[in-house]
Amino acid sequence: MNYTDLLRVTMPETVLEGAALLVLFIDLGLLRKSSLRLRIASAAVLGILGCGLALMTIPLQAQGGLQASGVQLLSAGGSGAIAQVGILGLTVLTLLLLFDASFTRHVGEFVAITLMSATGGMLIAAAQDLLVIFIGLELLSLGLYILTAFAKRSGKSAEAAMKYYLFGGMSAAFLLFGFSYLYGFSGSTNLHQIMLATYGSNGVNATPLLMVALVMIAAGLGFKIAAVPFHLWAPDAYEGAPAPAAAFVASVSKVASFALLISVGTAALHVFGDAHVVRLVLVTAGRLPKTIGFAAPWSFALTILAVASMVLGNLAALAQTSVRRLLAYSAIAHAGYMLLALAYFSQAPVSAQAVLYYILTYGLTAIGAFAVVGVVERVQGSDQMDAFAGLHRRNPLLAGVMLVLFLSLAGIPPLVGFWAKFNLFAAVLQVGKGAVPFGLVALAVGMSAVSLYYYLQVLKRAFVVPALDKGRIDVHPVTLVALLVITLWVVMAGCFPVILQTWMEGFYV
Amino acid sequence: MLAWTIYLSFAGAFAEALIPKQKPALARGFALLVAVAGCTIAVLGFAEMAGHGRSVIADLPWVPAMGIRYTLAADGISLVLVLLTGLAAIAGVLFSWNIEERTNEFFAFYLALIGGVYGVFLSADLFLLFVFYEIAIVPKYFLIAIWGSTRREYGAMKLALYSFVGSAMVLIGLLAAYTTAGSRSTGLVELAHAGLSPGFQMWAFPLVFVGFGVLAGMWPFHTWAPTGHVAAPTAASMLLAGVVMKLGAYGCLRVAMGVFPHGMDPWGFSFLGIGSWRDVFAALAVIGIVYGALVALVQSDFKFVIGYSSVSHMGFVLLGLMTLNQIGLTGAVLQMFSHGIIAGLLFAIVGRIVYERTHTRQLSDLEGMHLSKRLPFAAWAFVLAGTASMGLPGFSGFIAEFQVIVGSWRANPLWTGATGVGIVIGVAYTWRALQKAFFSDSHAAPHIHEHGHELAAITWPEVTGVVMLLAASLFVGLYPRILLNAIEPAVKTMLAGGGQ
Repeated sequence: MNYTDLLRVTMPETVLEGAALLVLFIDLGLLRKSSLRLRIASAAVLGILGCGLALMTIPLQAQGGLQASGVQLLSAGGSGAIAQVGILGLTVLTLLLLFDASFTRHVGEFVAITLMSATGGMLIAAAQDLLVIFIGLELLSLGLYILTAFAKRSGKSAEAAMKYYLFGGMSAAFLLFGFSYLYGFSGSTNLHQIMLATYGSNGVNATPLLMVALVMIAAGLGFKIAAVPFHLWAPDAYEGAPAPAAAFVASVSKVASFALLISVGTAALHVFGDAHVVRLVLVTAGRLPKTIGFAAPWSFALTILAVASMVLGNLAALAQTSVRRLLAYSAIAHAGYMLLALAYFSQAPVSAQAVLYYILTYGLTAIGAFAVVGVVERVQGSDQMDAFAGLHRRNPLLAGVMLVLFLSLAGIPPLVGFWAKFNLFAAVLQVGKGAVPFGLVALAVGMSAVSLYYYLQVLKRAFVVPALDKGRIDVHPVTLVALLVITLWVVMAGCFPVILQTWMEGFYV
Repeated sequence: MLAWTIYLSFAGAFAEALIPKQKPALARGFALLVAVAGCTIAVLGFAEMAGHGRSVIADLPWVPAMGIRYTLAADGISLVLVLLTGLAAIAGVLFSWNIEERTNEFFAFYLALIGGVYGVFLSADLFLLFVFYEIAIVPKYFLIAIWGSTRREYGAMKLALYSFVGSAMVLIGLLAAYTTAGSRSTGLVELAHAGLSPGFQMWAFPLVFVGFGVLAGMWPFHTWAPTGHVAAPTAASMLLAGVVMKLGAYGCLRVAMGVFPHGMDPWGFSFLGIGSWRDVFAALAVIGIVYGALVALVQSDFKFVIGYSSVSHMGFVLLGLMTLNQIGLTGAVLQMFSHGIIAGLLFAIVGRIVYERTHTRQLSDLEGMHLSKRLPFAAWAFVLAGTASMGLPGFSGFIAEFQVIVGSWRANPLWTGATGVGIVIGVAYTWRALQKAFFSDSHAAPHIHEHGHELAAITWPEVTGVVMLLAASLFVGLYPRILLNAIEPAVKTMLAGGGQ
C-alpha cells in the first residue's frame, strides 16, 4: 500500500472532506457578515457541488479496492459503490432541505458536519476491515449526534441528542467488545479472514464464544439501524432533531449501516457458500421438526432482530399521534423487513441488490416525508397528526406529494415501495426454502398490511378532515423542487423497476 | 385496443386532478366523456373479440430479470367483465352528477378506481394483476371517507383494511408460487403450467381464494361490505357492488382456481360431508346466500337491505365457481355481470334518487311518505330492479342464477336445496323493502319529513342511468346468447386446460 493507492480508492471521501473544509472556510471566513439566506445558500450549494464532484470520482476508483499486505481494507465497485452513490445522492437531497431552515444560524457547521458524516458513511460502505469499519462508524455517529442537537433553542433537540449519544456510546462499546473477540479468534481484522478462521471450511465450528461475539456485534449494528430491541433512541431522535437532520439520520446513516451488514453477509458466504447451513438445534422432543436451518448463527441473530422489529415497529406505530414518531417506528419496521433479507442472504448479488434497492428507495422516500413534515411543522408549530388537517386545501401539491410518499411507504403499487418489498421478499424466498422463511415472509407481508392503517391515519388528516386553519402553506421553491424530484423518482422507479436494477447491475461488472 | 380502457381512465384521473376545483361542471362533463369513451372501447372490443378465444392485447417485458411481463389478454370472461365495468362507470358518473364538493378530486379518485378495475380484468400476468388490484383499493378509501355518509371514516377504514389484508394473502400466494415454480415467470398461463405440486397447491389455493374472496363478500369475511356500502357515496357503492366485488370473484376464478386447480382435489378424508377445499368454499357460499338474505330481511335501513342482498347474490357467484362444471361456471360469470348491473341500479335508486330527496333511508320513515305517488319514477324503477334482483324470467338475473342452480344440482344436490331457500327469502326481503319504502299506505307514521313541499324533480342523468342499466339487464335477460357466446368457450377452455 502506498498513498497513491490510498488516494485512488478514497478519492470520493477526500473530495467530500475537502468540500466540508471549504464550506467552513467560506462561511466562517468570507461570509461572516453576510445575511443568513446568503450563507445558507452558499453553504448548501458548496456542499451539493462537493457531493457532485465526489460522485464523479467514483468511477475512477481503483479496481479491486485497497489492499494492505495482501488483505483487503476497502472494496471498490459492487454493492459498496452502489451504497456510496446512494449516500451522496441522499446527502444532496438532505442539503436541499436546508434552504428554508430556520433552526440555526450556524449553517456552515451544519453543512460541514453533514458532509463529514457522509464521509464516514462512505467509508463504512466500502470497509472490509474491522478497524476501518469502526472508524467510519464513529465518524458517522459523532456527526449524527451533533446534527441531532443542532436546534439549540429546542429542549427536545438536546434531549434527543443526549439519548442518541448515550445509546450510541453504549452500542459502540458493545461493537468494539465483539470485534475484540473476533480478533482474538482469528488474529485478523479483515472480515473474510475472520470468517475463514472462525468457521473453518465446513461452517459448523460455531463455538459459544463466537456466539457471544456475534450477539455483541448484532447489538452494535442493530443500534445503528434501530432494530428492536436496540431502537429506543429512534423515536426521540426523529422527534427532536431538526427536520434535515432527522432526514439524514433516516436515510444516509441507514444506507451506510445496511451496506456494512451486506459486507458482513458477503464475507460470511464467501467462506462457506450458500450450501453450508449451520443447523441450530431448537426443538428435540416429539414429532416436531428438529432443526431450523440458518446460514450461520449470525443469520439466526438477525432473524430474531427482524421479527422483533417488524412486529414491534408496526404495532407501536399504530399508537402514535406525532407524525415524526410514527415515521420513526415505521423506520424500525422497514429495517425489520430488510434484516430478513440479510438473514437469508445469498452469494449471488440478488440479496445485496434487493436490500440496497430497498434502503435506497426507502431513504429517498423518508427524506421526502421529513421534508413534508418539516414544512407543515414550520407553519403549524407541531408535528401532531392534527396539524396536517385539511392539507389538501392549504396546499394541494404538497398534499399530493405526501399521498404518493406515504402510499409508497405503505407498499402500494405502482409506487416504488411496493416493488422494493416484492423484490426483497422474493429474494428471501429464493434463498431460504421451507416453512420457516415462508412463515417469516408471510409475517412481513401481514405486518405491512397493518402498516397501511397508520399511514392512512396521516393521509386521512390531509385529505378528509377539514382544516382548522385555512391559511395557505407555502413551500420554499428549492424544497418544492426536491420534493417533486423525489416524488417523480418514487413513481418512475415503481413503474419501471428496470431503471434502478440495470443501474445497479452496472456496478458488478 | 382494449388496453386503452386502462390508459384512458388513468389519464382521465390525472387530468381531473388538474382541473380547477371551481369548475365542477367541467369536471363531471369530462368524467362522463372518459367513461363513455371507455365503455365504447369495451363494446367495440367485445364485438370484435367475443368468441375468438383468448387473445393477447399487449405483451412487453417489464422486469426481465425476474421474468415479469406486462401482458394484457382477454378471453370471453374478461370481455364480459370489461363490458360491465364500462356500463357501471357511465352509470356511476351519471348518479354522481350532484357532487358539488371537491368534484374534480372525486372524479380523479373515481377514474383511478375504474382504471384499476379494467386493468385487473385484462391482466394476464399475476404480478400485473396484483398491481392493478391494489391500485383499486386506495381510491375506494378516499371516495368513501371524503364523500360518504353514515360512519364514513369507519366504513372506509374497515374496507381498506379488509381489502389490504386480503391482498396480503394474495401477495404471499404470489410470492410462494413464483419462487416455488422456478419457471422464472409470473404469467398466469406459465404459472398454471409450471407443474406446481398438488401438496403446494393444497395450501396456496385456500390462501389465495380467501384473499380474493374477502373482496367478493365471502361469508364470514363479508362484514366490510354492508358497512362500506352504506357509508359510501352512491357512485362508490354502485362501483363497490357493481365491479369491485367482481374483482374478488374474478381473482378467485382466474388466479386461485386457474393457477392452483389441484387445490380443489379431495383431501382424502371427509368430515360432515366436507372433504376438500371445494366443499368448504361451496359451504361458505351457501351460508352466504342464506345468511345474507336472512339479514337483509330484518334491516331497518334501506341501504343495508341492498348491502346484505349483495352478499347473498355474490354467494351465487362463489357457489357457481365451486360447481366446477360448464353450466355452473357459466352461470357464475353471467351472475357477476347481472349482479353488477342490478346492484348498481338498486344502490342508485336508494342512495341517489330516494335518499338525496327524502334525507332518510330508514324504512320506517319512508313508510309514511307515499313515495309511489310522489316519486313514481323511483317506485317503478325499483319495482323493475327488484324483480330483476329476485331473478324473475326476462331479466339477466334469472338466467344466471338458474344456471348456477342447475350446475350446483349436478355437483351436489344438497347445496341446491339450501340455495332454493335463499331465493325464496330473496323474494321476501325485496318485497318487504319495496312495500315499506314505496307502496305503504300507512297513515300512522308521522309526516315530519314532508313539510308540505314537493320533492325535487327527477333529473336527466338519473333517468338516463336507470334506463341504461334496466335496458342492459333486460336485453341480456331476453337475449343471453350475446354474453353466453363469449363466456361458454372461455369456461370450456378453463375447465379443460385445468388452468387458463
